[in-house]
Amino acid sequence: MSTAVIHTPAEAAKPRTTYLNAGYTLKSWLLTLDHKRIGILYLLGVSFFFLIGGIYATLIRLELLTPQGDLVSAQTYNKLFTQHGIMMVFFFLIPSIPAVFGNFLLPIMIGAKDVAFPRLNLLSWYIYMTGALFASYAMFAGGVDTGWTFYPPYSTNYANTYVIATGLGIFIAGFSSILTGLNFIVTIHTMRAPGMTWYRLPLFVWAHYATSLIQVLGTPVLAITLLLVALERTVGIGIFDPRLGGDPVLFQHLFWFYSHPAVYIMVLPAMGVVSEIIATFSRKPIFGYKFVAFSSLAIAVFGFLVWGHHMFTSSQSVYAGMIFSLISYAVAIPSAIKVFNWTATMYRGSISYDSPMLYAMGFIGLFLIGGLTGLFLAALGLDVHVHDTYFVVAHFHYVMVGGSLLAYLGAMHYWWPKMTGRLYPEGWARFAALVVFVGFNLTFFPQFILGYLGMPRRYHTYVPEFQLLHVLSTAGASILAVGLILPAIYLLWSLKRGPIAPADPWMATGLEWRTSSPPPPENFERTPVVTWNAYEFRPQEETEIIGPPSEPDVSKRN
Amino acid sequence: MAQSEVTAQRAVAHHPALAHHFENLEQQREASTLGMWIFLITEIMFFGGLFLAYSIYRSWYPQVFAEASHHLDIVLGGVNTVVLITSSLTMALAVYHSQVGNQRKLILFLVLTLLLGLTFLGIKVVEYSHKFHDGLIPGIHFRYDGPNPQQAQIFFWLYFAMTGLHALHMIVGAGILSFLIYFAWRGKYSPEYHSPVELSGLYWHFVDIVWIFLFPLLYLVGFHVKG
Repeated sequence: MSTAVIHTPAEAAKPRTTYLNAGYTLKSWLLTLDHKRIGILYLLGVSFFFLIGGIYATLIRLELLTPQGDLVSAQTYNKLFTQHGIMMVFFFLIPSIPAVFGNFLLPIMIGAKDVAFPRLNLLSWYIYMTGALFASYAMFAGGVDTGWTFYPPYSTNYANTYVIATGLGIFIAGFSSILTGLNFIVTIHTMRAPGMTWYRLPLFVWAHYATSLIQVLGTPVLAITLLLVALERTVGIGIFDPRLGGDPVLFQHLFWFYSHPAVYIMVLPAMGVVSEIIATFSRKPIFGYKFVAFSSLAIAVFGFLVWGHHMFTSSQSVYAGMIFSLISYAVAIPSAIKVFNWTATMYRGSISYDSPMLYAMGFIGLFLIGGLTGLFLAALGLDVHVHDTYFVVAHFHYVMVGGSLLAYLGAMHYWWPKMTGRLYPEGWARFAALVVFVGFNLTFFPQFILGYLGMPRRYHTYVPEFQLLHVLSTAGASILAVGLILPAIYLLWSLKRGPIAPADPWMATGLEWRTSSPPPPENFERTPVVTWNAYEFRPQEETEIIGPPSEPDVSKRN
Repeated sequence: MAQSEVTAQRAVAHHPALAHHFENLEQQREASTLGMWIFLITEIMFFGGLFLAYSIYRSWYPQVFAEASHHLDIVLGGVNTVVLITSSLTMALAVYHSQVGNQRKLILFLVLTLLLGLTFLGIKVVEYSHKFHDGLIPGIHFRYDGPNPQQAQIFFWLYFAMTGLHALHMIVGAGILSFLIYFAWRGKYSPEYHSPVELSGLYWHFVDIVWIFLFPLLYLVGFHVKG
């Protein structure tokens, strides 16, 4: 076999060291400080808890197939939707894109060797797993039935379930979110490669910067709120108890001060992903780069000023409600800037409909519906009618599933060759993207109608005339499940059988495509020097792969 | 072996404290300082929830808060304030001596800071035990003679939650100081590399500042609102 490589220099003959083959022991993974390996660890954790959340969703949809409560009891049903929400929000959606793709890609995109604090990064994974296992323990020991929102007085005085253990799990996991955000902010500020100015950063990085601000500023407030709930439950000192002079609405203020911005923790990174994909597959620089970049920051800032729109029916002053309503409408401006700029990027671009692009286009359409129905809910009068109905359920699933999950899947396909060094079967991937889109819409569009007709959320039984729409929704959920199982199969298949991926399979522009697939442990053979703007497409022969230090002089003269 | 790979990467670094992924000590110092500041911002938000609860309940029950605050020991609280401000001074001096590389003075001032911190915690223990004897522990052991005992209970849970969280930060700070003293004694810090001392200093000052807000809000509020 050695004769086969006779023309190449001796050094090139030995296999390249990548982050994947740098060590095979379990210890080399569990004690790794490499941001790419930590990203993979997060991928495993997040996928597992997504599966758990998905099982809860399946049971919910099966129960709702008939108007009577025949599959599970009312109490079990309460636990199902609570645990579905907790798993999906705190242990899947919030860490999903930042902790998996942000961790893997952000340092590479800015030309750094790692995040600023690799040990904190590993610690954040362990904290996340501890919190998630804690919450899982609570769920298997007996579960929790307060809804993911933990509203008192039910959660503090009446619920007879594992509220404290679950809350503690979320409390713990919150610190992993804080550490990730802290790490990203410092990394973006201090670790950029020479020439990588702020306005040359990919929009994925801008979106993660905005996300990190929310994680850092919001999560501690949730932490103290959950501590207070635990304190109230154990000692009963009247923090949120009106009989003792406390105020349950104070909980809602504190909770939504985090949990509304948390929606932007879920959707901002998704917007960053979509910006990358749209530019690559339209083969055009993003239209209005600075507007898209700053709209991320604007969403993060406005996001902190709108929490009151969850409380229009909670005895909040009507004047406060008017202001919260107005600011909530204002969030539509930066969101619309993004949507218009993506479509303007696609306009007259040479679009190729590869699977990541299908997900990105799906994101734009579904986020549009999710965002616009958000305006319905931010309207003071209409909200009274549809508050706590399936309209709300449909709205936030359009944003969280139609938005964040689709972008997560798009990111998975787009960067899969970079992360694993293998290509997946494109035909299957396009088919799966289509199945997800159809299944998703069939699941959640009927829920808008249900909600508008008055079906309340969190109900275990319903009047018979709603059955048709519920059956449609359950049928859609089955299709959606197929669309999610398909990628799991062919992506795993591609790990062994997929064709070897080149450094840049999409002819994309970011720094992550200028290093080999999968990248070496230090990301680049030498520190890259950036002389181009983000999304600057150049003829294929001019794009350079950043190789070992000796190479560039030769290649530049050619 | 993965281990040898990692050590091979580390060998490139010049200063033993320079981590492999930084270009130089300057960049490392910049990153760790910014990281500390952001951490302190998260701490502000963490305490912020309690400060918000305090503001709301105080604006609802100003008279009760004024009345209840007279049950706190203003002398012990005042002494603790002085102790803590002095410890900030010794911490600042420790940071200065780490910058100029004066190892003996660095250790001296770190030890002084630690002692002052422990004094603060000791006085806090005395105060808490007084409250326990007076039956002012909300929820568990609460007997309050004045008017509106339930609203006074809100004042006392705020008192315990806020000072307790603060004391927890002091305990963590004392632990950090012990590590610093150990490493300073081992001669780990030099004018080129002293960020751990500097960053711990930031943390220590932050914990002090929280107390500077807590003291008037809890102990002195009775003198502000005339009952």
